[in-house]
Amino acid sequence: MEKELKYVDMVEQPISMHPKKFALWLFMVSVVMVFAGLTSAYIVRQAEGNWLEYDLPEIFWITSGIALLSSFTLHWAYFSAKKDNFLNLKIGMGLTVLLGIAFLIGQWYSWVAMVDREVFFVGNPSGSFLYVFTGLHAAHLISGVIFLIIVLISTLRLQVHSKAMDVMEMATTYWHFLGGLWLYLFMFLLLNH
Amino acid sequence: MATATVAHHDEAAHEHHEHHDNFITKYIFTQDHKMIGKQFLITGMFWAIIGGFLSILFRLQLGFPEMSMEFLRPLLGGWIDESGALDPNFYLALVTMHGTIMVFFVLTAGLSGTFSNYLIPLQIGARDMASGFMNMLSYWFFFLSGVIMFISLFIKTGPAGGGWVVYPPLSALEQAIPGSGLGMTLWLIAMTFFIASSLLGGINYITTVINLRTKGMSFSRLPLTIWAFFLTAVIGLLSFPVLFAAALLLVFDRSFGTSFYLSDIYIGGEALPNTGGSPVLYQHLFWFLGHPEVYIVLLPALGITSEVIATNSRKPIFGYKAMIISMLGITILSFIVWAHHMFVSGMNPFLGSIFMFLTLIIAVPSAVKVFNYLTTLWRGNLIFTPAMLFSIGLVSFFISGGLTGIFLGNSAIDIQLHDTYFVVAHFHLVMGSASFFGLMAGVYHWFPKMFGRMMDAKLGYIHFWLTFTGVYLVFFPMHYIGIAGFPRRYYSWTNFNFADMYTDLNMFVSVAAIITFAAQFIFIFNFFYSMYRGRKATLNPWRSNTLEWTTPLYPGHGNWPGEIPTVYRWPYDYSKPGAAEDFIPQTVPLSATPESNLPHEQELVALEMEIMKDESEVLVANESKH
Repeated sequence: MEKELKYVDMVEQPISMHPKKFALWLFMVSVVMVFAGLTSAYIVRQAEGNWLEYDLPEIFWITSGIALLSSFTLHWAYFSAKKDNFLNLKIGMGLTVLLGIAFLIGQWYSWVAMVDREVFFVGNPSGSFLYVFTGLHAAHLISGVIFLIIVLISTLRLQVHSKAMDVMEMATTYWHFLGGLWLYLFMFLLLNH
Repeated sequence: MATATVAHHDEAAHEHHEHHDNFITKYIFTQDHKMIGKQFLITGMFWAIIGGFLSILFRLQLGFPEMSMEFLRPLLGGWIDESGALDPNFYLALVTMHGTIMVFFVLTAGLSGTFSNYLIPLQIGARDMASGFMNMLSYWFFFLSGVIMFISLFIKTGPAGGGWVVYPPLSALEQAIPGSGLGMTLWLIAMTFFIASSLLGGINYITTVINLRTKGMSFSRLPLTIWAFFLTAVIGLLSFPVLFAAALLLVFDRSFGTSFYLSDIYIGGEALPNTGGSPVLYQHLFWFLGHPEVYIVLLPALGITSEVIATNSRKPIFGYKAMIISMLGITILSFIVWAHHMFVSGMNPFLGSIFMFLTLIIAVPSAVKVFNYLTTLWRGNLIFTPAMLFSIGLVSFFISGGLTGIFLGNSAIDIQLHDTYFVVAHFHLVMGSASFFGLMAGVYHWFPKMFGRMMDAKLGYIHFWLTFTGVYLVFFPMHYIGIAGFPRRYYSWTNFNFADMYTDLNMFVSVAAIITFAAQFIFIFNFFYSMYRGRKATLNPWRSNTLEWTTPLYPGHGNWPGEIPTVYRWPYDYSKPGAAEDFIPQTVPLSATPESNLPHEQELVALEMEIMKDESEVLVANESKH
């Protein structure tokens, strides 16, 4: 029976995905590991005591909303591309890029709010961790915005349509991932505060 | 330029003939996985010589503490003081750089980088890696990392000196030792590039193995080398990002004044402003990479050994599935044992016993692998090629070094042995020498494929016996020195009376180390001489089953001039009863070998006929994929 099965999969070309999409997933795995390392460091460090308590910047609620909204607009653009609805695609992509930039500006204001609370990057690790989480996430988000802008340019050139969705799919995957990553970080901070 | 070479690549894939690359696209910024593999190999060899030479320098100090090192002044300059003694700070830098270079540059990039790149597409039947550009980037990040590390050897304050594990606070405070200054900064920058290189490479290896296998190459027909490279890449993908996180926080502590790892430190009577940090946090993060790194180094060597031993025993590998399951077991376990490096860091003893338990479980898959190597060798028609000797040497080190791991994994015994030469002996045998022997076995075995010529076997034998005996002469005495209580990384023990009776032993180790190091130049000579003057290789010199031997003697970019061969069987059909030859390559259909087919294989032949009929009609999907 086992040999039989082996034989059946010999008939077919071995399972395979689009290699670049697959590589993107692997890249996201490595990003997950960076943040898993950092957040677990946070927990380990917090358990040791001498931990500064402060209120999280309220603007995080707004930026989380923006992140969520941008995922919706991008997915709308994605469906529009699938249906070859180019006007909606362009609007959706443009909106997403703008929301992405708005998110980054919002994150900057969270740092301003932190400084107002007199919690600085240099000082008790409890504050420093927040700067590292948001900063490193923002660095990845910038790469995401650049990716979106590249896709936006190709949509303006009508290079994205229902028969050429690879780049669009990758951008969508990556953007949803970055949004999800932020929501995870925010939840993590809310729960471990 | 990138687009130009991409175009080349496509042409090679579709029209099946090689275009004339110019020197730069062929040898420097190449996207051909074979050339990238060779680049990794040559760079790795360069670093191995440097790393080995550094160890000779500190072995001189350890074996002959009273000796005048005046003769090294032309090379080391100010690091030799007026009385002719080696500077203690430079000694620390030497051990640090020896460790860093050997672990990361030689046994990670030089081993996994070389053979994953070279063998994955050739053995799974692919034209190239999933992304040739990323692959090229991976090498050049590694190269850049090497350049930065190399520069750090020559700066005034010396290279990093905090040990290859760079524990804070020593590594975090510039005022601690000279080696924590600019040298440490360069070390961190170099390692960041190295991590980027490893991730780019690893993502490529995984993608390629999963997505670009040729027709018929199911996971249950992959050579064990590919399984090993695949799992190595998975481990790297999961663990290197965590090292990046650890290094990032260390950079912030060093350059921006944060206190992730620093707390309540007094230097020169002055209290530092840092408060609230935890140095043990760094150790957790570091060893979460550091332990899997051991298997990143070892697994490729074990994979190469499986292949070489099966081929040269003319027998199927014993327990193919057991080998895969043990490697999977090792992969998973490697992530949950890191704290056995930290038994004496003040951790909860209960937690220590959990990590001890998990650590000792690793002995099971390791023993399965050793058992399978030995049973593959058992009553085989052994052919002692140099590659075979090095593989058997690996098994020997894996046993003798692995046994001491059982002692060290025990949290109670570790209190005595921690950070002594016993540890040094243990990991140099089981990880250092074993992986090095795997690397050597790989080079001797695949040299004919890489350069179309044979390496000289006699020189190979001399190289093997000198190295094999040399390694044991160096590392076996270290167990005694370690049990006696000699700590690692100490510049000298002349202040302790108990140390007097071991001076001879240290001297013996140093002499053995120098001879072993010198023996490596036999290999270097053999390598470069054979590259140009070696005997011309035949297409399949070891009479091996795997796909790489079906390529032309000098495979072009794209590997196979025609269609990619289809795979009909597993790679270990050696000495199959009834077969005319003692090997049946993977490309031979079952229907072509009725005399040796087992009953259940005979049933498959009819089905196979249908496929072969289809095949002539259907395009190989790989072709259209490019």
